[in-house]
Amino acid sequence: MRPFEYVSPTTKAQAVSLLGASWGGTEILAGGTDLLALMKDDIVSPKRLVNIKNIRDLRGISSSPQGLRMGALTTLADLADDAGIKKNYPALAEAAIEAASPQIRNMATLAGNLCQRPRCWYFRNGFGLLPKDETGNELVADGDNRYHAILGNEGPAKFVSPSTIVPVLIAYEAKIRLEGPKGKRELPLEKFFVIPKSENEREHDLGPNEIVTEVVVPPVPNAKIAHYEIRQKDVFDWPLAVAAVALKMQGSNVESARIVMGYVAPVPWMSPEAEQALTAQPLDQETAQKAAEAAVKDAKPLSHNEYKVQLARVAVKRAILKAASGGAA
Amino acid sequence: MPDYAWPDQEHRTLIGKRITRVDSPVKVSGQAKYTYDVHRPGMLYGKVLRCPYAHAKVVSIDTSAAERMPGVKAVEIVQKPNANIHWAGDDVVAVAAVDEPTAEDAIRAIQVEYQKLPHLVSDAEPPQGATQEEGPLSMNDIDDLLDNQVPNRQIVEKIQQYGVTEKPTEDKLKSFKSSGANDAVLNALREATVHPEAASRPKSNYEKAAAQTVGDPDKAMAEAEVVSEGLYGVPVITHCCLESHGTISEWPDADHLLTHISTQNVSGIPGQMAEPLAIPASNIHVHQDHVGGGFGSKFSPDRWGIFTAQISKKAQGKPVRIMLERDAELEVAGARPSAYARVKVGAKRDGTLVAWQSESWGTGGPGGGGMPPIPYVFTIPHQRKEHTAIRNNIGPARAWRAPNHPQAAVLTMCALDDLAAKLNMDPVEFFGKNLDITKPRQDIYREELGIAANLMGWNEKWHPRAQNRSGNITRGVGLSLHTWGGRGHNSDCDLTLHPDGSVDLKLGSQDLGTGTRTCILIVAADTLGVPMDAIQLEIGDTTYPPSGGSGGSTTIGGVSSSTRRAAVDARDLLFAKVAPTLDAQPDQLECVNGRVGVKGDSHRSLSWKEACAKLGAMPITVRGTNPDRTKPPDLTNSGVGGVQMAEVEVDTDTGIVKVEKMVAVQDCGLVIDLKTAESQCYGALIMGISYSLFEEKVMDPTTGRMLNANLEFYRLAGFNDIPELVVHMMTGKGYDERGVIGLGEPPVVSPGAAISNAVANAIGVRVPFLPLTPDRVLAALGQKAGA
Repeated sequence: MRPFEYVSPTTKAQAVSLLGASWGGTEILAGGTDLLALMKDDIVSPKRLVNIKNIRDLRGISSSPQGLRMGALTTLADLADDAGIKKNYPALAEAAIEAASPQIRNMATLAGNLCQRPRCWYFRNGFGLLPKDETGNELVADGDNRYHAILGNEGPAKFVSPSTIVPVLIAYEAKIRLEGPKGKRELPLEKFFVIPKSENEREHDLGPNEIVTEVVVPPVPNAKIAHYEIRQKDVFDWPLAVAAVALKMQGSNVESARIVMGYVAPVPWMSPEAEQALTAQPLDQETAQKAAEAAVKDAKPLSHNEYKVQLARVAVKRAILKAASGGAA
Repeated sequence: MPDYAWPDQEHRTLIGKRITRVDSPVKVSGQAKYTYDVHRPGMLYGKVLRCPYAHAKVVSIDTSAAERMPGVKAVEIVQKPNANIHWAGDDVVAVAAVDEPTAEDAIRAIQVEYQKLPHLVSDAEPPQGATQEEGPLSMNDIDDLLDNQVPNRQIVEKIQQYGVTEKPTEDKLKSFKSSGANDAVLNALREATVHPEAASRPKSNYEKAAAQTVGDPDKAMAEAEVVSEGLYGVPVITHCCLESHGTISEWPDADHLLTHISTQNVSGIPGQMAEPLAIPASNIHVHQDHVGGGFGSKFSPDRWGIFTAQISKKAQGKPVRIMLERDAELEVAGARPSAYARVKVGAKRDGTLVAWQSESWGTGGPGGGGMPPIPYVFTIPHQRKEHTAIRNNIGPARAWRAPNHPQAAVLTMCALDDLAAKLNMDPVEFFGKNLDITKPRQDIYREELGIAANLMGWNEKWHPRAQNRSGNITRGVGLSLHTWGGRGHNSDCDLTLHPDGSVDLKLGSQDLGTGTRTCILIVAADTLGVPMDAIQLEIGDTTYPPSGGSGGSTTIGGVSSSTRRAAVDARDLLFAKVAPTLDAQPDQLECVNGRVGVKGDSHRSLSWKEACAKLGAMPITVRGTNPDRTKPPDLTNSGVGGVQMAEVEVDTDTGIVKVEKMVAVQDCGLVIDLKTAESQCYGALIMGISYSLFEEKVMDPTTGRMLNANLEFYRLAGFNDIPELVVHMMTGKGYDERGVIGLGEPPVVSPGAAISNAVANAIGVRVPFLPLTPDRVLAALGQKAGA
């Protein structure tokens, strides 16, 4: 294994000061469930690992009238087990359980889940985030893209955003808090994800010398919230499509909706078209179907993934119907 | 002449009963030692530099930086400059170092320059006009065949069938020999017809074999009252052994090698390592206790196994370990050939099969590959078959549990099921109606079909394809038939009776996790009339009598027959010693329940220990052999039949298939252990569900690399994917008296066809290719909607 430096700061400020100004030289180690595999496979080879697990400020879940705060180091197991989350944000607890096997849930952190690298098999085989061969051919478009993006795939990025928890958090209107050399900032979670245009960029708006400190979710809205994942296998499998919806109701009609898809685009994909289609409509099979159609109206499948358009459509429809019937169990 | 015959039902104490495997405690407690668990003192870690290109020529190799690294103990160049590489992941340089990270760093420090060559990794239908008749072989072709690890037997067949383009020189023959050609290949080359005019022929990736015709297929097809046409296929899958391939070799002295290897073929390993290492096979000691899966891919020491011995020698004989990483295991350590076909099959209105026509293709990697045995099980009277082998750069094929049969089952049983649907016949009735052309197993299949239909609840569950839909969840049932040989292999064993009453039994066989240890002990204990735990069994070592490789369902027939003969001989020797004491003739004696006594006289008997004391001061050892014509009868047999049925549920909105229930009805002659026999079937059904729904070796067309050489995108069935499994073994009259027949292969043959047929029944349309993934199911449904 290539030698690397290992540092273990105890404060956020120390951590930030130990990070580099550009990507590649330094990686942040939390649960390690993704990073260690990437290092062993020689996909990333940092010169310095900054272990943030000893920073107490990054831990903990707390609820207040202002909402829910989850520290960056909150594990997926914590998310799934927390009584407050189970009661007030059940779709989040459910998504956390479905995200990984128990062993992984005990190690993997919330911030790590948000910052995990794509599962794209070209990326994981060492051909880069925007995969090219030695002569510059774009590999995904000409290759086996059965698991790749059907939306937002016009540029060189064709991987899909890998988190199954992020769409649910966006449905809950979560915000992410970051800290870097210039101080703190807060973003709506959906703004945190970006589509890279060059190999020097990453798939999120995190500076190379910034860390994720926490995620906050506003008080539970008066909304119907649910998520739905389509996987070929029930367990231990990456989804083929994910949808999360939050529906604010006025009487029996939808007043406003948030509809977010996962595993369809290089970023979690919000669909204003689907949201629009549901607004001021009652919730039934027909309106759910129309919203689902609207969600994939602009899909541009690649050579081998047209089926994912149907799966995204079904995921949206089923998430809406699941929310209508009461959401997560 | 002693009576070696298997005891009849009323005289069996253990044989045929449901007995728990003897190695369960050490396995569930983690005490069982697999090759992967072997850590020898001072052991070095070997790693292999693998070629990143699917087809390339090695231009230059610079290992100097690696050799200078601290902790690196040996570097061995495997493919020298000018060598041609035919698949990504092929071995180029092997190194040994004090630990794994150092070995990996050393690999990264090696500079190899390659000249990339054009590659093909697709096995799609050959383009029109691209196929080429097979023809005479050039010396380069022979080199390629050997390089690509095509079995010698197949090379001989090709040489004899097509001849060669030039007469090989003795030097050339010598180089073939060092590349792995055996004497049969060399003799075939010496005697081959020479066609110099064929030397200028350009090479195609698509080799078309001569058409095979039976009867008058054109006339029969023209006269058939109902004809069904379809496209069917199974992709290349990998063996994906959970214990990867690997070896640990060391030289206790300059002339002797000790090798721990994960293998299906303990006794056969020294003979394969001797020549490349230039030492006598008798100087090679091979040992293995347990193996974590082979499925046909672990018969050879493999190149990397040879490296462990070579680099150990360079490192003063220290133990060197190479266990393949997961990605290498999936890329290079075994793949099952693909098979696809356009099939046309014709019948009379009453369902009687009359004609078969198929154009098939598939790949077994660089060596091409043969046609599966189609039409499978059913000898349709009129046939035309054409097959094109695709030679490509995906890596070499290896035997995968029931080689070529699962493919043949899909190509045949799915085509027949579509014909039954076109006839609007229940498949049980349709297959049942045609059993006359499954001779000689028609009666077995008929009985099994009835039992399977009962166990499945077929009559309640089957529905015509047209009437299947309400909502997005739909169910269906399907079936398939299969066969296999399974005659016992050559196997010797030594059974020793000690004067203190202890018994040991030694043979160089291996237990693949199938219950071989348990079955050997059952046979020996049943014959000697002692408990199984009174016998000390040793297997997995080349110091024990040779016993065949565990492939082709040959182990149980081989080891049970030789064990039976040894135990009968030992028992009779004991009787001869004991008879005077009991005042009886040896043939009046029996041994049951740990006592040796006179038949029918319970007062005249000795305990086992007392009886063995009569042996005198020295133990006696007898050798049991299979086959052994001097000691009839033949205790093993060949040829089994099985029927499987599957029930599935399909979500037609997502294309996700769930198997809800599977039924396996299987004959294998005399069952030694009913419990482990049933386990074989359960395991086969699980493996079958896995390849039916999930498994596929995905190759990237541009880079020629395998994209899913891991366990996240090379999916295997997990607990939630396994439904109710019902296994019924055919036993008793008509089955037991046939003798012992192997069971490893047959139950894994049918799941693909049965599950595909169930999906067709559920959704009303054929999904042509396995695995039955959402994209393929939705595509088939889309075509149906558009039709």
